[in-house]
Amino acid sequence: MNPLDRYEPLVDDVDAFRAACDRPLPSVVRTNEIAATPARVREAFDEAGVAYEPVDWHDGLFRLPDGNPGGNWPYVHGWTHGQEEVSVLPTLALDPRPGERVWDACAAPGSKTTQIADAMDDEGTVVANDNNLGRLSALRHNAERLGITNAIVTNQDARNFSTKPLGFDEFDRALVDAPCSCEGTCRKNPDVLDQWTLDHVHAVAGIQKGVLARAVQATRPGGVVVYSTCTFAPEENEAVLDHVLDEEDCELVEFDLPLDTDPGVTQWDGETYDESVTRAKRVYPHRNDTGGFFCAKLRVGGEETEVGA
Amino acid sequence: MTDSAPTNDGQQFDRLPETPADREVEGRASRAEVLDWWAERFGIGGGVFEEYSFWEKGAGKIWIFNGEATDPSEVEAVGMTFLRTRQEHWKPTGRAVSRFGSRATKNVIELDPEQASRFAAGDDQDIPEWDGDWGYLIATHEVAGESVPIGVGLYLYDELRSVVPKGSRADLPVVE
Repeated sequence: MNPLDRYEPLVDDVDAFRAACDRPLPSVVRTNEIAATPARVREAFDEAGVAYEPVDWHDGLFRLPDGNPGGNWPYVHGWTHGQEEVSVLPTLALDPRPGERVWDACAAPGSKTTQIADAMDDEGTVVANDNNLGRLSALRHNAERLGITNAIVTNQDARNFSTKPLGFDEFDRALVDAPCSCEGTCRKNPDVLDQWTLDHVHAVAGIQKGVLARAVQATRPGGVVVYSTCTFAPEENEAVLDHVLDEEDCELVEFDLPLDTDPGVTQWDGETYDESVTRAKRVYPHRNDTGGFFCAKLRVGGEETEVGA
Repeated sequence: MTDSAPTNDGQQFDRLPETPADREVEGRASRAEVLDWWAERFGIGGGVFEEYSFWEKGAGKIWIFNGEATDPSEVEAVGMTFLRTRQEHWKPTGRAVSRFGSRATKNVIELDPEQASRFAAGDDQDIPEWDGDWGYLIATHEVAGESVPIGVGLYLYDELRSVVPKGSRADLPVVE
């Protein structure tokens, strides 16, 4: 079975959705503003004759219609990083600031970690964690290549993450870009559709709940937690939010993303979710000609404490 | 050194002592020596690194870190690799040069477009016209009107050896 079939009731234009899912995505790079401005990257591409197209909702992104994002000087200098367009969304929602303490719970291979460090002007502390040691080497390579100096890399199970090795015991912000079924990446890697199973959906949903709960616990009162996946499965999205809203002191908040999105769904497969999950955002491939994505922003409950205090 | 003197544990991060007088672990570079080295070798003043802390993990590998940490002994990385010490000639990492090398005022060798591409590919090349110091140099080239560091070269006997690590080598077109 093609798992995309099961999501047809959720989308407004099934034909457009399916057609978009069948089209490959172009290579895209994000400017690493620790090293260069988007204007410098454009100048260097122009000088070298590298074809590029802007992305209208983010001036630091460039589509490279000829592919080969690593085959040019801006890449070698760490000015650019290959990253799918929708993958920049969770960090935009997280909105980390210089000087803060930020946790990237499932960080490898580091696209979001490095984008977070960039948004922090490389000041403050971003703790990049992943339970997979092999994938951490890719993260470290990317962080070094982009000149990130404010990251601590840890290798723990995020569900019971310990802040013991750190100089503090709670974060201002946390990102849970969770391992998932990944159907949203089918335009880059169609194999994900063949490998999809409902058993995996249920197994990974349990992990997602554990990681998101720990992220809420590890974030200070008034702090921000962003939850994101690249799956359309409500079991891994709204159901995970619904569970954590019940178990932990937190709420879903409204937020803006710079492209067209659909609200989270409150009903799926006989289950009903908390009404506030409509504040989460679904990104369908046919809306903006991107990959698929899901993103939610939570505020941790309790009285606000001072940032960095 | 007595039996009880602390030794370097290559598996964990330890903060560098402030000065040689504060040194407890034999052979460990001090922060002051690291800052002096960058100032003397490349003219990059200590003010640039004022906010950063320095850590050793492995035999002489120094990391530069801009975040908060008290006891990061159990973590995989703090910041980025910066400098190789515990050898006669200290060697900056290519990443350190890429990140901070644009501030260098000496021991910088500007490469022409063809030389730059060969350097990035990891090739050694004869550059007899260099009349500066031997040893580790910052290789730069011009990108859209500005000089940009590429990495670290080792200059000996009229030859610039590219020490770009294998995993970072790139086959790039010559951009005139």
